[in-house]
Amino acid sequence: MQMLKQVEAKSVAISQQPQGRSFLEIANVSKVYPTPKGPYPVLQGVNLSIKQGEFICLIGHSGCGKTTLLNMVSGFNQPSQGSVQLRGKPILKPGPDRMVVFQGYALLPWLTAFENVYLAVDSVHPKKLEAEKRAIVREHLAMVGLADAADKKPPQLSGGMKQRVAIARALAIRPEVLILDEPFGALDAITKEELQEELLKIWNDHRCTVLMITHDIDEALFLADRLVMMTNGPAATIGEVMEIPFPRPRDRTQIMEDPEYYDLRNHALDFLYNRFAHDDTE
Amino acid sequence: MVANPGTRPTGSNFADFARTFWKKQGQNIMLPLIGVLVFLVVWQLLSSTGLTRLPGPLSLVTEQRTRELLLYPFYDLGGLDKGLFWQTMYSLGRVAKGYTAAAVVGIGLGILVGTNQTINKAVDPIFQFLRMIAPLAWVPISLIALQNVQQAAIFVIFITAVWPILINTTVGVQQIPQDYKNVARVLQISPRKYFFKVLIPSALPYIFTGLRIAIGLAWLAIIAAEIVMSGVIGIGFFIWNAYQNNYVSEVILAVFYIGAVGLLLDRAMAYLQRMILPEEQR
Repeated sequence: MQMLKQVEAKSVAISQQPQGRSFLEIANVSKVYPTPKGPYPVLQGVNLSIKQGEFICLIGHSGCGKTTLLNMVSGFNQPSQGSVQLRGKPILKPGPDRMVVFQGYALLPWLTAFENVYLAVDSVHPKKLEAEKRAIVREHLAMVGLADAADKKPPQLSGGMKQRVAIARALAIRPEVLILDEPFGALDAITKEELQEELLKIWNDHRCTVLMITHDIDEALFLADRLVMMTNGPAATIGEVMEIPFPRPRDRTQIMEDPEYYDLRNHALDFLYNRFAHDDTE
Repeated sequence: MVANPGTRPTGSNFADFARTFWKKQGQNIMLPLIGVLVFLVVWQLLSSTGLTRLPGPLSLVTEQRTRELLLYPFYDLGGLDKGLFWQTMYSLGRVAKGYTAAAVVGIGLGILVGTNQTINKAVDPIFQFLRMIAPLAWVPISLIALQNVQQAAIFVIFITAVWPILINTTVGVQQIPQDYKNVARVLQISPRKYFFKVLIPSALPYIFTGLRIAIGLAWLAIIAAEIVMSGVIGIGFFIWNAYQNNYVSEVILAVFYIGAVGLLLDRAMAYLQRMILPEEQR
């Protein structure tokens, strides 16, 4: 509990930084779904302040409302209580400033990789010249290493390549906040590590704010500035926020040799499997 | 794909090709031929032994009137006295008109109903009720409502063909994956773009299923409609007229035409479906 208070104190400190207000502010958010058995609280009293350019990972057992929380940032649903504000303005609906990389990639199978990204760029910047838009698309496909696969359609691409297209599409519209819902969950271990490194490299260059759901503690330790650990539902909330102090740019082997890595890892494991172990009987 | 006479000019190559083709396709050609032959022989036997009063298939050649119709499908002596080719073309013309109207109305209304849950709830019971009414039952109604025999025939086609198109389109639009809709919402894709890049391609397989079911029904309906609507040129009325005059083998000949045309229509739709739908879409 001591730790929790420290965290709260810290987040207050963050929100009172020189700019006067935080970039993305989740304040006292609760979400209640009506069910036939009465109201079901998914989230209760969630508070989180996020700085611009921060990389945040969210971890927690399934059903703890991580996706619900991110959906309130992307604007797909609204909090029952409290508020989610970006630059001091409440988030009311989805918009391209908060681009989402969906769990199932959500690429249109009848469009090529190029056309999928182009559709996004074209919708967000309808007034730009076509040549300019095409250049943006090519640049971002090249960035994720897919320049050669630009004319392939999603069914011809592997899972890793599809996720790369989805990331290229998300980044091509230059969102302020990038939201990723377990982006690498369905990928094999090697592809997953490759993509993590690419994502980190791209983020180093662009510095958009990233919110990412993951089930993988190592992934979170490698990528995030802070790891947000959620308690179990119903009425889940943020149990603890862990600062990940490794300097950037990060190198996987270097981090894993750091003794602190295992302290942090064990702490997160302890949180997930001892203090808030998933109760399957519920 | 392999049979390109331009690039395979030599005789031995062609013989090789014919041999491999026969090896692969021999059974596919022979077995249906044997099936048809057996069917015709059994039928001929049944009629010649007197078990049925229906003339056998040989009567198409032995009856003089029928033989003339068989050999001269393109004659035109004015009025109702036309060769079977022309009779069929007149019927096909009506089908084309009614079917086109059904496609336009069915797809248009289907999209409207599919995208709007309120309208769907309001009209669905009416559609489910109306689609159960057989083409023949529509004949007197359309004759009374439209007064003009030609228009009435086309209306019967329309009302028969419209339901599968309408209902399949509605389902196709309702089945658009939530992921695609979410992408459209985040990117704030314009309604026009959403329509052409997401809605139509996504619903297209369903629309084609509807169109293919409908072409068969439309052809069934035209025969029914023409049989009842006396005094029109068309294969349906031709059958009725031949029956009234006891030219039974003419009826059989016309029935062969009807079956062949129906088969061709269905194949043509299947071909169109293969051409337009990309492989990836189901």
